[in-house]
Amino acid sequence: MGCTAETTAAAIRAAADAIAVNRAELTSLDRAIGDGDHGDNLARGFAAVITKLDAEVPATPGAVLKLVATTLISTVGGASGPLFGTAFLRAAAAAGEAAELDAATVAAALGAARDGVVSRGKAEPADKTMVDALTPAVDAAEAAARNGGDVAAVLAAAAEAAEGGAVATTPLQARKGRASYLGARSIGHVDPGSRSSAYLLRAFAAAAAG
Amino acid sequence: MKKFVNDPATFTDEALAGFAAAHRDLVRIGAGPTHLVRVDAPVADKVAVVSGGGAGHEPLHIGYVGPGMLDAAVPGRVFTSPTPDQVQAAVQAAAGPRGALLIVKNYTGDVLNFETAAELLAADGVPVATVLVDDDVAVQDSTFTAGRRGVGGTVLVEKIAGAAADRGDDLATVAAIAAAVTAKVRSMGVALGPAVMPNSGEPSFVLDDNEIEMGVGIHGEPGRERAAMATADEIVGTLLTAIVGDLPFTAGDRVLLFVNGLGGTPLAELYLAYNGARKYLADKGIEVSRSLVGNYITSLEMPGLSITLLQLDEQTTMLWDAPVHTAALRWGR
Repeated sequence: MGCTAETTAAAIRAAADAIAVNRAELTSLDRAIGDGDHGDNLARGFAAVITKLDAEVPATPGAVLKLVATTLISTVGGASGPLFGTAFLRAAAAAGEAAELDAATVAAALGAARDGVVSRGKAEPADKTMVDALTPAVDAAEAAARNGGDVAAVLAAAAEAAEGGAVATTPLQARKGRASYLGARSIGHVDPGSRSSAYLLRAFAAAAAG
Repeated sequence: MKKFVNDPATFTDEALAGFAAAHRDLVRIGAGPTHLVRVDAPVADKVAVVSGGGAGHEPLHIGYVGPGMLDAAVPGRVFTSPTPDQVQAAVQAAAGPRGALLIVKNYTGDVLNFETAAELLAADGVPVATVLVDDDVAVQDSTFTAGRRGVGGTVLVEKIAGAAADRGDDLATVAAIAAAVTAKVRSMGVALGPAVMPNSGEPSFVLDDNEIEMGVGIHGEPGRERAAMATADEIVGTLLTAIVGDLPFTAGDRVLLFVNGLGGTPLAELYLAYNGARKYLADKGIEVSRSLVGNYITSLEMPGLSITLLQLDEQTTMLWDAPVHTAALRWGR
C-alpha cells in the first residue's frame, strides 16, 4: 500500500505522540550536552501541528508534510525549528503533488530531508548531530526500496538504522551546535537531535505497519 | 529550586507583558508573532536596528529598545532563539524604505532562524543586512565548534549601531560600523554556579564547591576549563589575559571596559572586579576611557561575570556617547 494524505497524517500523529511520551528523556539528553529544552521545544511544535491537522488534513502527502514544516519553523525556535522544518519542507517538495507515494518516493523524500538538514546546518557525518541518524536511515531506506520493499518496509529499515546511528553518536565529540562548546566533554552522551530523529522515524514505521 | 513562576508554558509571555506595561512610554508589543517595537515605530527616514534571541538574558534585548538603540527586539523562549516569522514581523513593524540591520549573536539557533527570516524579508523586497557578533575568546578553535559565541560585545554593537542609525546613516554604513565594532570587541565570562531553567527547575550544570567554569557562555555552556576557585584579581587576570592577548590590545590603546554581571552577582562584587581590571590594564599601558558596569546581558540567576574590551577610535567613542533612551541604558536625553 502506498502513502496517502490520510496515512501521512496518521504517521505525523504517531510522531507527535512519540515526542510527547519521550519529551522528558529528550530534554534530559539536551541538559547533558546542550541547554536542556529539546524535548519541550519539539513537543510544543508537534502539539501545534496536531491542532492544525485536527482542523483540516491537507489533500496530498506533500501538503501534509509542508504543513508540518511551516508549523515547526514558526513554533519550535532554537536550532531544531529551522532544521526539522527544512527537513519536512524538502520532503514535501520531493513528494510533489502526488496523491499517493510509493516506496521509492518515500525513500527519495527521506534523502531530500537529510540533504536539507545538511545544507541548512552545514553538519558533516560524525559531527554528532541529527545527520548521524538521518544518513544511515536514508541509506537503509534506499536499499530497502531497491530490494522491492513497500513503504512500511522502507520506513522500518530507516527507523532501525536511525536508532543505530543515534547510539553511535555516543562516543563522538560534537563539532556543531551548542554541544560543540563542551569539546571532549561531549563524548559519552547521545546527541538529542539524533535520538528525536530516530523516534520520528520509528513512529512513521509503526504507523505504516498499521 | 524556588522560582517565581505561574506556569512554565507562559513564563516568557508574562515576563514580556510586564516589561511592555512597565515601559509603555518606550515600547509596545507588536501585532502577530511575538515581538517588541519602539512605541513610535516605524520611525520615518531611518534604518531600523533589530536584534533578538532567547529570553533569560534580560535586559538584553528588550531593555535596549528605544531612541538611539534598537527599533525592535525579538524574544524567544528562555535560552531558545525566536522563530523566523517573529523576526519577519518585527522588521516589518520597525523598518521603512531604508531597511533594517539585524544584529545576531553567533549561536546556531539564532543564526539559522535569522538567516531564514532574512531570506523571507529579501523575497518581500525589504532591504536587510546582518551582522554576526562573535566576541567570546573562550572558544579557541572554530574548526571544531560552531565558532565563537556572541556575548557581552552584543550590547556595545547594539548601542553603537543604534547611534549610527539615529544620526541618519544608510544601511550599508550602519552595517559596516556594526561589523567594525564586532571586529574590535572581545569578551570572556566566568560562572561560580549554574542558572536554573524555569521549564524544568533544574540547574544547567553542576559545579563542586571550589570549582568555577572559566569561559562560560550565556546559556551556561562551558568554554575553556573547570578551574579551582581563586581570588577576584586572579580570576579577572585570567579573563583579561585571554582577552587582551587575543585581539591583541596593546599599550597606548584606548578602550571601553565593560564588566557585566550574569544575573546572580552583587554590584559590589562587579565593581570590585572592575577595580581589579583597571589595575591590570593600567599595568599594560591600556587606557580605559569609557566604562560600563552592571547586569546588561545575563544568564537568569547565574552567579558570575563577563569582561568585555572594545578598542575605541574617535567615531566609535562619539557614537557610544550619543544620546540613548531605553529601559536599561539611558543618557544624554
